Amino acid sequence: MFRIGENIRLLIDRPDGTYCFRLHNDRVYYMSERILKLATNISRDKLVSVGTCFGKFTKTQKFRLHITALDFLAPYAKFKVWVKPGSEQSFLYGNHIMKSGLGRITENTAQYQGVVVYSMADVPLGFGVAAKTTQECRKVDPMSIVVFHQADIGEYIRSEDTLT
Amino acid sequence: MGRKLDPTVKVKRGPGRKARKQKGAETELSKFLVDDDGPKKLSSRSRKRAIKRAQVTKEPKQEEKSKKGFSDENSKWLKPTQRKRKIEQSEEDEDSDSQWEEEDDDEDEEGFVKKEMEEEDDDDEDMVDDYGADEGDEQDSDGEELLPIERAARKQKKQTSKKPGSDDDEDEDEEEEDDDDEEDEKDDLKEDEEEEEDTVQANFDETETFKLPAAADRAKEGLLQMDLQTIHQRIRDNVDVLSHFSEKREEGKERSEYLSLLRSDLCTYYSYNEFLISKLMDIFPVSELIDFLEANEIQRPVTIRTNTLKTRRRDLAQALINRGVNLDPLGKWSKVGLVIYDSSVPIGATPEYLSGQYMLQGASSFLPVMALSPQEGESVLDMSAAPGGKTTYMAQLMRNTGMIVANDANADRLKSVVGNIHRLGVTNAVICNYDGRQFPKVMGGFDRVLLDAPCSGTGVISKDPGVKTGKDEADVLRSAHLQKELILSAIDSVNADSPTGGYLVYCTCSIMVEENEWVVDYALKKRNVKLVPTGLDFGKEGFIRFKERRFHPSLKLSRRFYPHSQNMDGFFVAKLKKLSNTIPTAPRETDEVESTKTETAASSEQIQKPESKQQKPASTPEKSNMGKKQKLKPEKSETPIITKKAGVKSENKKSDGPKKAKIAKLDGETSKKSAKPNKKQKVKELNGDSTKEVVIEKKKGSQFEKNNKTKNKNLLKKNKNRMGKNKFKKLKNMVGQ
Repeated sequence: MFRIGENIRLLIDRPDGTYCFRLHNDRVYYMSERILKLATNISRDKLVSVGTCFGKFTKTQKFRLHITALDFLAPYAKFKVWVKPGSEQSFLYGNHIMKSGLGRITENTAQYQGVVVYSMADVPLGFGVAAKTTQECRKVDPMSIVVFHQADIGEYIRSEDTLT
Repeated sequence: MGRKLDPTVKVKRGPGRKARKQKGAETELSKFLVDDDGPKKLSSRSRKRAIKRAQVTKEPKQEEKSKKGFSDENSKWLKPTQRKRKIEQSEEDEDSDSQWEEEDDDEDEEGFVKKEMEEEDDDDEDMVDDYGADEGDEQDSDGEELLPIERAARKQKKQTSKKPGSDDDEDEDEEEEDDDDEEDEKDDLKEDEEEEEDTVQANFDETETFKLPAAADRAKEGLLQMDLQTIHQRIRDNVDVLSHFSEKREEGKERSEYLSLLRSDLCTYYSYNEFLISKLMDIFPVSELIDFLEANEIQRPVTIRTNTLKTRRRDLAQALINRGVNLDPLGKWSKVGLVIYDSSVPIGATPEYLSGQYMLQGASSFLPVMALSPQEGESVLDMSAAPGGKTTYMAQLMRNTGMIVANDANADRLKSVVGNIHRLGVTNAVICNYDGRQFPKVMGGFDRVLLDAPCSGTGVISKDPGVKTGKDEADVLRSAHLQKELILSAIDSVNADSPTGGYLVYCTCSIMVEENEWVVDYALKKRNVKLVPTGLDFGKEGFIRFKERRFHPSLKLSRRFYPHSQNMDGFFVAKLKKLSNTIPTAPRETDEVESTKTETAASSEQIQKPESKQQKPASTPEKSNMGKKQKLKPEKSETPIITKKAGVKSENKKSDGPKKAKIAKLDGETSKKSAKPNKKQKVKELNGDSTKEVVIEKKKGSQFEKNNKTKNKNLLKKNKNRMGKNKFKKLKNMVGQ
């Protein structure tokens, strides 16, 4: 899973006020405390979403991170992968990234490390898991997968329903 | 989708219009004049034309012989030309013209264009495009060496010298023939046209008068199928007559007959139901109506809104252009809008879209948010938020500060709101699923509220043609009822005492007066609100009056937008400012129009000076005092208060100081019942009573009273019934207020 480690504190204590995570209907929302207060006026069954949804707990209580968290987590990502323009669309359709589409990768990426996928224009595209370490990426053939797809912004269109 | 330009397939084009140069008389002429000797080489097009000609020539020949004064030799090749159709006309022209076309085919557009130009030179509008016919008269088949323009000039001369009658005959015959050619039945119109030849005019600008078909003919039409072309032509003629009614009308035919014919034609041609067409005819003048209906047939241009939370318009435009999108800034009035002309990639699926740098949104949807202009740090409510375009626009204007509550009654559509909010990176939003009418109970005290009310959708017919036939009276009234309830809830959710706000924007995507001006007018009557300028400097002003209804004059500040004039979906925007948090419970009188802007009685003893000062029309001291007085007395409406003053006055002698306030309150309640008889007294007693108000309010420590004190002193002296000043003060002190 994707980790940002101690940077999580940065998400809580922000210069413009304290933010917090709240659980609602099995989903974790991230919001400022101001909004939290105001949202308490709304009854539980009518509340659809507050602030930003980071992810949800599945039936087996696993936490699945959603693409909606991308904007917040991207700046704190330790390991990043850049994808070439040609393979950008492929990733946005939900495919894994192959060596041929790989533009850049942060040094010392461990295997199965959570990464944030960027386009060459530094636009965050989604989350992934590194299939190979940085060193291995250099050696493998162009057709092998280097990053497993986990979430991408194409999901806004493909799976709008699952966002709520 | 339109025709795609495929650059690999090169369409052969000749030299353009402007590339033409004179090469000398010989060469020029040879293009247009071909000796009429021997069989000509016909291109495929010419062959087709020849076939068509052969079919056509049967009828025209007879009539020509009878009506026209052409010599026999000419009638062989004289063919009828089509009115108003310059390109098509060439298909039916006789030989010399067709010669031109052949040449045209060979040389593509050049000759064609030239011919068209000639025709355009010659005619103001329509008619008389039978170049060939006249030329035949003048020229030998071998042709004098005349340049086309000379020929045209000659023809022009000839026409003016010719009898007007014969020319018109020609034209009308040709018309007739055209019509006959096109449809199977048009007996009535044809007969009309024949009759019209007698009453022909020399001025070519006026075509034959449009004659209403008789009732029997109309019935016949119902059975036989009418060609759309005919109907369209008839509509145009009808509109023409209606615009110049006094000149072009038929004797004995009422305007309403023309209108009813027009109505049914419009229904047929544009596929609307009768109800909607009648409504539209009420709203628009006839010529604008046609524009509106035409505009509804085509889509409005696709527009997008830059998400300034993530990018700038400049950068976004650049990125999209790099992807192959053809776009332009939307207009001077928007700094974030872009209009898309065409695109090689789907606009709704570019990586820029997915990363939330822009949102697909109609241009008209920008307007209510611009009018509302939420400020940073405010709390805003969007009562009908789905699909979330306006909500996200508000969030970007607020820079993700403050708080937005996005509400929608439809849970499915809320999903799109969630999606859009997350995609565009909005963090200060709370999304909930209430019925808008529950709103002040759930949460109130917002700085600003946006109500994009559900409506009949008559402004977005181009997006949803089902509205044309699906809406009727009941739908519109139902929508109006819902909108009235919603607007009251919205007003109640606004906090009038907000330091930065207190505004409500009401908007609909409909052009019906029942859903727009009527609802706003209703709100003005029912609540302490007033209209303020929207800040949008374009668009049409809202209606002050419509048919038998009269609305508040401030409705002028609302704005209407139309597809045919602003090239955006039909829309209505009105911005209201809430003056006071109190809710008047008794209904206002409608004749108290001027004072609708003043407040009704306050339930609390809150002194709401800022609001009273905002009352613009209440300039006279009397009226403003009246307003203040209303604040003091609980639950008073306009007339009861006025009558109450009478009541107070009459009972003044009875009451002493300390009881006065109580009695005054009681009076109010009693005088409600006796409202009617006392109304007449109200004007007289206004002066006297207003002074009392001043004095009473002095008790409460009103500031406003000080300003009017000097004015009222004179009145005080006049009024005999008033209590002595000293006595009053004594009593006041006794009460200890």
